[in-house]
Amino acid sequence: MIQYVVRRLLSTVVVMAVVAFVVFSLLYLTPGDPAAVIAGDIATDEDIRLIRVHLGLDDPFLVRFGRWAWGLLHGDLGTSIFTNLPVTHLIAQRVEPTLSLTLCTLLVSILVALPLGVLAAAKAGTWLDRAVMAFSVLGFSVPVFVIAYGLILTLSVRYEILPVQGYRSFHDGWWEWLRHLVLPSIALGTVYIALITRMTRASMLEVLSQDYIRTAEAKGLAPGQVLVGHALKNAAIPIVTTIGVGVALLISGAIVTETVFALPGIGRLTVDAILRRDYPVIQGVTLIFSAVYVLVNLAVDLSYVLFDPRVRY
Amino acid sequence: MNASRRGLGTIALVLGSMLLSTAVLAQQKVLKFIPQADLRILDPITTTAYITRNHGYMVYDTLFAIDAKFNVQPQMVDKYEVSADKLTYTFTLRDGLKFHDGQPVRSADCIASIERWAKRDALGQKLAESTDAWKAVNDKTFTLHLKRPFALVLDALAKPSSNVPFIMPERIARTDASTNITDATGSGPFKFVKEEWVPGNKVVYVKNKDYIPRKEAPSWASGGKVVKVDRVEWIYIPDSATAAAALNAGEVDWWEQMPPDLIPVLQKNKSIKVENIDPLGSMGVLRFNFLFPPFDNVKMRQALLYVLDQKDYVLGIAGDMKNGRTCYSFFTCGTPLSSEVGAEPMKGKRDFEKAKRLVKEAGYKGEKIVIISATDQPIVHSQTLLTAELLKKIGLNVEIQAGDWGTLITRRSSKEPIAKGGWSIFHTWLVGPDLTSPAVNFAIRGSGDKAWFGWPNDPTLEKLRDDWFAATDPAASKKAAEAVQKRAFEFVPYVPTSQFILPTAYRDNLSGLIIAPVTFMWNVEKR
Repeated sequence: MIQYVVRRLLSTVVVMAVVAFVVFSLLYLTPGDPAAVIAGDIATDEDIRLIRVHLGLDDPFLVRFGRWAWGLLHGDLGTSIFTNLPVTHLIAQRVEPTLSLTLCTLLVSILVALPLGVLAAAKAGTWLDRAVMAFSVLGFSVPVFVIAYGLILTLSVRYEILPVQGYRSFHDGWWEWLRHLVLPSIALGTVYIALITRMTRASMLEVLSQDYIRTAEAKGLAPGQVLVGHALKNAAIPIVTTIGVGVALLISGAIVTETVFALPGIGRLTVDAILRRDYPVIQGVTLIFSAVYVLVNLAVDLSYVLFDPRVRY
Repeated sequence: MNASRRGLGTIALVLGSMLLSTAVLAQQKVLKFIPQADLRILDPITTTAYITRNHGYMVYDTLFAIDAKFNVQPQMVDKYEVSADKLTYTFTLRDGLKFHDGQPVRSADCIASIERWAKRDALGQKLAESTDAWKAVNDKTFTLHLKRPFALVLDALAKPSSNVPFIMPERIARTDASTNITDATGSGPFKFVKEEWVPGNKVVYVKNKDYIPRKEAPSWASGGKVVKVDRVEWIYIPDSATAAAALNAGEVDWWEQMPPDLIPVLQKNKSIKVENIDPLGSMGVLRFNFLFPPFDNVKMRQALLYVLDQKDYVLGIAGDMKNGRTCYSFFTCGTPLSSEVGAEPMKGKRDFEKAKRLVKEAGYKGEKIVIISATDQPIVHSQTLLTAELLKKIGLNVEIQAGDWGTLITRRSSKEPIAKGGWSIFHTWLVGPDLTSPAVNFAIRGSGDKAWFGWPNDPTLEKLRDDWFAATDPAASKKAAEAVQKRAFEFVPYVPTSQFILPTAYRDNLSGLIIAPVTFMWNVEKR
């Protein structure tokens, strides 16, 4: 097990190195010049040239990559071309909102989707099953921003129950923190709920047709015990995998959600950096996202042991 | 027992101090403001971005400033003298001027700041060409010695828009003019709180309690900058629908610039005022690439003057004629040098036949015309769509190549032909104060390689601009500006597409907003 984890962690380093090189190369090839953005609309060629020289943007590809990679090896992700703040500082500023949003969304999604999926499977073919599936299709089909605007219009503007935008740190009080996360979590979680519900239903239906379930029922176990104690546990692996893969979905969805609700998260940081060609920030954020994605996958793989004793590493 | 009492005492103390600090915060007057853009760069000299200029007005002060009547007024300067030969200017600073770090403002700070500004700003460079030396007489008095008289010394030092000659501490102003400064220490009415700055989300300023305002009433950037709130928070909300909802719900007090389509939504709320507080607005710009056919031919550029209808552009950009006007001038309408001299082709009924004749005379052979556009900038893209339709109507082969603003401003610096990623036309907009005279209107320049993107080359225009600089009285200045404009309508360095204002919206608990071409936050009161 430990050997496996170490091997996976080592492979993570290789993956990150490849990601770093690919991202750097892509940005090098992408049209756009941060010096032109810095200089502003009222600038001349000479103004832009001077800024470019100062930023080292005229240097050859390998020199720039070497400089960045050297910093990276020393734990330095570089400095934002625009704000002159360290990339690590900018990411650190944004971690809490994104983490809060992601965790709340995950929590809401799992708490809603698992019972819905189990219920739909247990009542397969009934109106309840159809209603859950209709909700699921709707959740997939309606874009995040439409749900977000609908929620803002009703719950914030019309009934003034929850705030329209912004984020409050947990340190400033858990109530305000939670209030500011409710709408974004629902908006972002809808697709996720739909995804987990469908997967739970499908996986449960497969397990419910197995002989051991019939045996459990024949032994006179209560339906709840059969569903949760026997069926759900055995159906868990595809569901956990979906939850893990869905983290990537959450990250990409968070970009839209953070923009609509003006949450100062990593998603917004990424979009802003891309629009301005703030290369060090884009590279830093991409590396962090890659690391998170790889580590989440590792955690999902390791969690299989908990659900299936046959799995060994 | 004693220990538990001590524990209870500590808890009571902590709770008490928490309640006290909450009460102090609640008593503070906090102005919550949605700015037009996100503040990314703190240096108002390296960038010409208007959001950084506005940040500059929060934290810095200027030696002089223009008032609402276009007169130059002393601001940090207490008194000044001009020698009889107009070659020596002596400036004395006001008493009690201090930087945010507590250090006094000295002559050396002013000189270093002006010298750094003059390396970047076009009018500053013009002043530098005539400058012999800046010298500190003592900490409060300094002189400017000129090589030859320069009539616009005070106008340059009072320049209201990008780049503004803000005064910084000498230690900061000695930074290379192409290197962004990171320390926003100024002597202005607000202090920047760097610890609370979250780029892309929030900028925080607090009242500078050491700031001594002038006694005069505020007028544009001149007069008394009396701060009437304790704290200002710029909350950047990129999505306009969310911004409107936040203002509607009272989560913010003021939205600097709102898109016209949301005006009716906000006007339904009786607690919100939607107003135009910018007397000069902005002007749309249609810029040609002079290096390649077909717009290297003057007749092709002139053809557009006969078909472009500014009313369409006002409606396209600002949604309603209430938010704009036609302005057949290269100098911002409503300012002293604006006129309609030479503007006949742009006025009256649009003449498509005349335009087609000009295109034919220009020998247009169907070359592809590429208009580069930015879909994330509605003002740019709406102009692009209108222009593309016009060009098609006169039989030109047009293609819109749209990307984001970052791509547009990179691509417009390309001097390659279209086949290699070049361009024919781009649109932008410039605020009124940037176009008030031949000195600040950089888009009118015909200085070839040194000119703005598009690189028009017209020695006649440059000569007329120099003549304007040499004019010594207002009448001569006006006449010289008319000559510049007449030539501009012949040569067509760009086409002014319209004058428009994006309205501001604020809650009715605010008062004292200053009517000016830049958003100022002093004098604003929150009940």
